[in-house]
Amino acid sequence: MARVAHLNVNGTRRAVDVDADATLLSVLRDQLDLTGTKFGCGEGQCAACTVLLDGTPRHSCLTRVGEVGERQITTIEGLEKDGRLHPVQQAFLEEEAMQCAYCTSGMILGAVAFLRRNPNPTEAETIAAMDGHLCRCGTYQRIVRAIHLAGARMRGEKA
Amino acid sequence: MSRRPELELEVERYEARARPLHWFELDRRGFMRSLGGGIAVMLSARTAAPAAALGAQESGGGFRRENAPHAISAWLHIAPDGAVTVFTGKVEVGQNIRTSLSQTVADELRVGLERVALVMGDTQRTPFDLGTFGSRTTPQMGTDLRRAAAAARGVLVGLAAQRWQVAAGWLEAVEGRVVDRAGKRSLSYGELAQGQLLAEIIPADEAMTPAADWTIAGKTAAKVNGRDFVTGQHRYTPDLKLPGMLYGKVVRPSAFGATLTSLDLSAAQAMPGVVAMRDGDFIGVAAPDELTAERAAAAVKAEWKTTPQISNRELFAYLRSHGGTNARERAQAAAAAGGLAAALQAAAHRVKATYTVEYIAHCPLEPRAALATWEDGGVTVWTGTQRPFGVQQELAQAFHLGEDKVRVIVPDTGSAYGGKHTGECAVEAARIARAAGKPVHLLWTREEEFTWAYFRPAGVIEVQGGIAADGRLTAWEFHNYNSGGAALNTMYEVEHKLEEFHAVDSPLRQGSYRSLAAAANHFARESAMDELAHMAGLDPLEFRMQNLQHARLRAAYQAAAEKFGWQGRKRAPGRGYGLAGGIEKGGHLAACAEVEVDQGRGTVRIERVVVAFDCGAVVNPNGLRNTISGAITMGIGGALYEAIEFADGKILNPTLVRYRVPRFRDQPRVEVVLLDRKDQPSFGAGETPIVGLAPAVANAIFDASGMRIRTLPMLPGGKLPAGALTAGASAATTAGRGIKRRQSPVCRASLC
Repeated sequence: MARVAHLNVNGTRRAVDVDADATLLSVLRDQLDLTGTKFGCGEGQCAACTVLLDGTPRHSCLTRVGEVGERQITTIEGLEKDGRLHPVQQAFLEEEAMQCAYCTSGMILGAVAFLRRNPNPTEAETIAAMDGHLCRCGTYQRIVRAIHLAGARMRGEKA
Repeated sequence: MSRRPELELEVERYEARARPLHWFELDRRGFMRSLGGGIAVMLSARTAAPAAALGAQESGGGFRRENAPHAISAWLHIAPDGAVTVFTGKVEVGQNIRTSLSQTVADELRVGLERVALVMGDTQRTPFDLGTFGSRTTPQMGTDLRRAAAAARGVLVGLAAQRWQVAAGWLEAVEGRVVDRAGKRSLSYGELAQGQLLAEIIPADEAMTPAADWTIAGKTAAKVNGRDFVTGQHRYTPDLKLPGMLYGKVVRPSAFGATLTSLDLSAAQAMPGVVAMRDGDFIGVAAPDELTAERAAAAVKAEWKTTPQISNRELFAYLRSHGGTNARERAQAAAAAGGLAAALQAAAHRVKATYTVEYIAHCPLEPRAALATWEDGGVTVWTGTQRPFGVQQELAQAFHLGEDKVRVIVPDTGSAYGGKHTGECAVEAARIARAAGKPVHLLWTREEEFTWAYFRPAGVIEVQGGIAADGRLTAWEFHNYNSGGAALNTMYEVEHKLEEFHAVDSPLRQGSYRSLAAAANHFARESAMDELAHMAGLDPLEFRMQNLQHARLRAAYQAAAEKFGWQGRKRAPGRGYGLAGGIEKGGHLAACAEVEVDQGRGTVRIERVVVAFDCGAVVNPNGLRNTISGAITMGIGGALYEAIEFADGKILNPTLVRYRVPRFRDQPRVEVVLLDRKDQPSFGAGETPIVGLAPAVANAIFDASGMRIRTLPMLPGGKLPAGALTAGASAATTAGRGIKRRQSPVCRASLC
């Protein structure tokens, strides 16, 4: 059985010793104790498990760890810099764009990648981009608001 | 047949069972030392003997005599550093009570919100609590904690008065200090708590600050641990680990009610590090990592014997023909029959219609999960449940243990919606852990979550209503088969009525769901009322107001209609407007919906929803808006898309690909109007806001298209049902204010 010996996670090279067939989600959570990334469905339908691979959102529940290679993995734990929240995290907090918050990590990572791709989205573009993320508590309206607030701040239009 | 459990709970809480109150026995001095000293104030539960009879508190030195044990509903502790810790058996599942209860305590104790922390849902550390359900936290626990905080404030003021040798009436508590304005001196709560080993039990009748004078409650407060969630630091049950822990998997039967006929565990047991066990018909495996556990489960060879069972196709006929009526209901029906029949006969217009609702799943994003560990013959289980003490009892029964040998701890949980009242996952994890001799982590898959949890009951509701020529409601008959009795009774004025719930032995395992049957009963009632309004040629709002005396519901209707612009609503092809309202669990709700119906494609889009809600004095306006808006969004699922498909004891759509829940693209513009009644007690809001969405949308679809849809979900497979399209085609096109109204066709079958 092929093994994986290391992963690049949140800017650090981390040693692991795992079966290449294991999901990236299970390795992040169980081996590296990065439990901010959540299991929601295992079928790529809720996006609670979203991480960034070289900046692109991926369902870590459907990604075999053997496919990752040298790519840079970003998890929710890697967004905060020097004690400062990422603007998307800050906006989610301020808009209180969460209830049970189990979807929040995946939402935030999906939004970070989306705003990099589209720094000034329309509401329709945000809805289309985020539609694969499930919030069962129904906070979608606030999440859209938070994404747009973060976008405005990242563009320097809002303090 | 009737199956009402002997509980004060609503009948459809089939999953809940009563138990005696937990008696809080403690050695006060030892207990206070374990807390590091300070002051503890405990509120005796309402059923307990009055605390006055239990001996007065002796300041500074504990109690004169040890009292008999008391039933405690909640308590709080003030540490020598001034930190306030509140202990409650309630749990946080996203409804935001960790914040709102903290606000309540901070407000009454006159201390900053940041000084208050809650310990929740831990059977060893928190007092017994029946469970976090029924929208009871705010009216009951909120009130209890406010009383405990008021008493604690009294103790602190008393201690300062004693120290300064002044009358307590001269002193006041302000921002975490007791202040003597005349003497220009003050002491912080921490200073007052230093050197104390004081535990006081107070009765549940302490006077509380009226809502008009609240300073911290009644205003928006940010989620107290919000930062932990946006940084991924909060640990839900699936995120917990213990040294040497194994990952568990359950090998499930092939169908509900299946029995095990043969089993071969040898291949799984031969895998390195794997434990494979059988206990009756329960089969579990555990392994050092998840992948190995999955492979071990797949290597188990199990054969099951299944039996034919009811499927979707015959569900409603089955429910309709298997409903029971008890003696009281039969007597009630007989008493009402003559007058009701005559009133229906005499009515100028009558509606007779049948409504159906399917089984639906809670689908919490955090699936059921548990981490179990055994030590010294006892078991500790972390699990996401709404009933930690209920799960403790289930574990005690499953393993023949005393409850003192079972500890259940509930981390803040990734939602529940009434679906996490039971402890099956906790029991499973504990079973595998006992066999493995190691801690076991169990996280249900989405398929397990869709299959082995319980469902929101399906139901058939039959309604007959009659009105006089002037639109006055004169006769009302309402029968609910299986879905439940919550909000069964109409809030409209009517002289002759009969309203009954008929219990059925459900083909699928069923239980509580957000608002219980209130959503289904409001769907039927408010749809039928809409039909009557059209028959009377009255505006739906005007018709409701004409038949409604309840002042708070009238106010909610007026507020929602005003914000929505009901009177000035614009007619356009394919566009429709509907409204609905109701009262449940202390909440008064009115909802207006605007929809776009494309009859050619069979699609419906909900464009806008305005909700007015009155649940008494509001504790946290922003949190409340979030909860109400979320309930509307969740309600879209049950209204338009969600239905469990099943046949022969198998769930046919146990995946998110096949079970359609509301997404970003389904989100309408939701506007919430809060009616903050500072003169009224606060009630919960987690449930009732969901009840108005389905009927408001159904009525809007009718307004847009002439289609009267009497089934939930309204868009199975994402489209209007073909039958509805046909029925709609025969109806006249839409009518608005001042335009000639049509007569809506009276529907005989449930599927038109």
